[in-house]
Amino acid sequence: MSAVEEVTSEAPAVEAVPKRAMTLGYGTSLVVLGLLIIAPMFLKNFFVFQMTMLLIYALAVLALNILTGGSGQFSLGQSAFYAVGAYTSAILMEHMGVNYALTLPIAGIICFGFGFLFGQPALRLSGIYLALATFALAVAMPQLLKLGFFEHWTGGVQGLVVTKPDAPFGLPISQDRWLYYFTLVIAIGIYIASVNLLRSRSGRAFMAIRDNEIAASAMGVDVALYKTLAFGVSAGITGVAGGLGAIAVQFVAPDGYTITLAISLFLGMVVGGVGWLPGSIVGSAFIIFVPNIAEHISKGLSGAVFGVLLFLVIFLVPHGARQVAIVAQQLIGKLKK
Amino acid sequence: MELFINQVLAGIATGAIYACMALAVVMIYQAIDHLNFAQGEMAMFSTFIAWQLMQWGVPYWWAFLLTLAFSFAGGIAIERMLFKPLAKAPVLTNVAGFIALFAIVNSVAGLTWDFTIKQFPTPFGSSPFLGSQLISTHQAGMIGVTVGLLILLYLFFQFTRIGLAMRAAASLPESARLVGINTSWMIALGWGMASAIGAIAGILIAPVVFLEPNMMGGVLIYGFAAAVLGGLTSPLGAVVGGFLVGVFENLAGTYIPGVGNELKLPIALALIITVLVLKPAGLFGRPIVKRV
Repeated sequence: MSAVEEVTSEAPAVEAVPKRAMTLGYGTSLVVLGLLIIAPMFLKNFFVFQMTMLLIYALAVLALNILTGGSGQFSLGQSAFYAVGAYTSAILMEHMGVNYALTLPIAGIICFGFGFLFGQPALRLSGIYLALATFALAVAMPQLLKLGFFEHWTGGVQGLVVTKPDAPFGLPISQDRWLYYFTLVIAIGIYIASVNLLRSRSGRAFMAIRDNEIAASAMGVDVALYKTLAFGVSAGITGVAGGLGAIAVQFVAPDGYTITLAISLFLGMVVGGVGWLPGSIVGSAFIIFVPNIAEHISKGLSGAVFGVLLFLVIFLVPHGARQVAIVAQQLIGKLKK
Repeated sequence: MELFINQVLAGIATGAIYACMALAVVMIYQAIDHLNFAQGEMAMFSTFIAWQLMQWGVPYWWAFLLTLAFSFAGGIAIERMLFKPLAKAPVLTNVAGFIALFAIVNSVAGLTWDFTIKQFPTPFGSSPFLGSQLISTHQAGMIGVTVGLLILLYLFFQFTRIGLAMRAAASLPESARLVGINTSWMIALGWGMASAIGAIAGILIAPVVFLEPNMMGGVLIYGFAAAVLGGLTSPLGAVVGGFLVGVFENLAGTYIPGVGNELKLPIALALIITVLVLKPAGLFGRPIVKRV
């Protein structure tokens, strides 16, 4: 984990996919999108709930991907931003009666500010030291939420119960399905915005900092500004995911946002491929479904089975789902010849 | 004043635990350039081996030596089987590997020895040390062993050929290979040594925190914090960092109002981050000079 500067340097920039192969990429994303739209119509409510969580975690993994894959800063503190987003939404809905949809942008903005401010002291740290600082944030967050001082708002150890919204305009679909489609629209919006962000001037500044900080500053990139900005954007997206998570789970409590969540998100990013945004959903599927599969295979040894499966994945594809995509593209390229 | 001295002593006693763990963390960091998240679980597993041997009637010191040998071999085996193939993989993939190893070791230990708390014997006895109620002879022995270990490591790295080879392999692998050092095996050796030091740490810690599969969770966090505070490149820094974290944690718990057991850890971490912001390479670490 040291020298995180090297971490992503081998990861090509987002646009590095050759033009000829783009059709495959577009084709696959259309198929995935189609599945995401159609599948919930035929699934039971519980699976719809799981798919909602899949999208929500995919957003959180995407946020980490922008921070680590984009700007090369490592974070184990994403669970803290997720918690702040979740609590913002829950408190706004339950104490102030704000509409659930309106709480999300507020959660995003508050988390953006929080991440931006946290990015300031983190500027002096890199690699393993930054990992420790973010880790400290993740460890401290559940304890802070339990403090008696905030208890009136946060509900202390007990947490808060959140009411699940009904489908609007009298639409004849269940609450779970409505929430799923609501999440899907937000997730697609954020995904498109993120892809565009990484392709923009700011995105290139992120990647320049990731690849060589000194060279980037020599080229006139304001390193301090863009590094903290990356933290802010990442925290903001994680906050929106946290808010959605609070609405979907209908409950927030300090122990739901421990370091385990941050580690899961990190694993999701590695499995999906660091710096490859479409991989986020693959990574998210891994961290949601594989623990369940492991539990099915063996109750007592579920941890060991999970570990072995994780080892299998990183042995077979050390670069995550991105590697699978690249190999598939090359294969199809050969077939065409 | 009495209270202050007592709290400092108690802090040094817990600090010894952290120092021990931090030393193991720094050892492996020197050898492989990564922080091993599974270090604590490996130490816990070794401690269980020692416990099992004693249950079978092996005398303490024999069990101790056998466990060290087992841990050393186990560390090398893990490196050869699981992490050597990952040597060329990205750093973050390696970190994911450590997390996987953590899950496997924890789960296997839980299934083999279950999650009930077990007593672990100490060779030093647990009577008060020099008339002080706060430091027992075991804790004094623990401090002694940690310091002794530090001196041995120093001698090993400074004055033996193999220690020199390990240092060379860690700092300049390319050049080390050119002068005929088998760098790949040096890494394996580093894993073995770190695993053995972890086993010593586990065996020393177990009488204090009791033996169970999750015993290392909290200790490892403090161990990491101590190692980073002291500077990851310096074994001496790790030990000093361990004692500092222990003392500070105790003082913060006593003197800052509203800080109960719950907030001890966040406060200790906040202190460390403050130190890091002022001295980014840790207290004793060499600042890394980057070539442009």
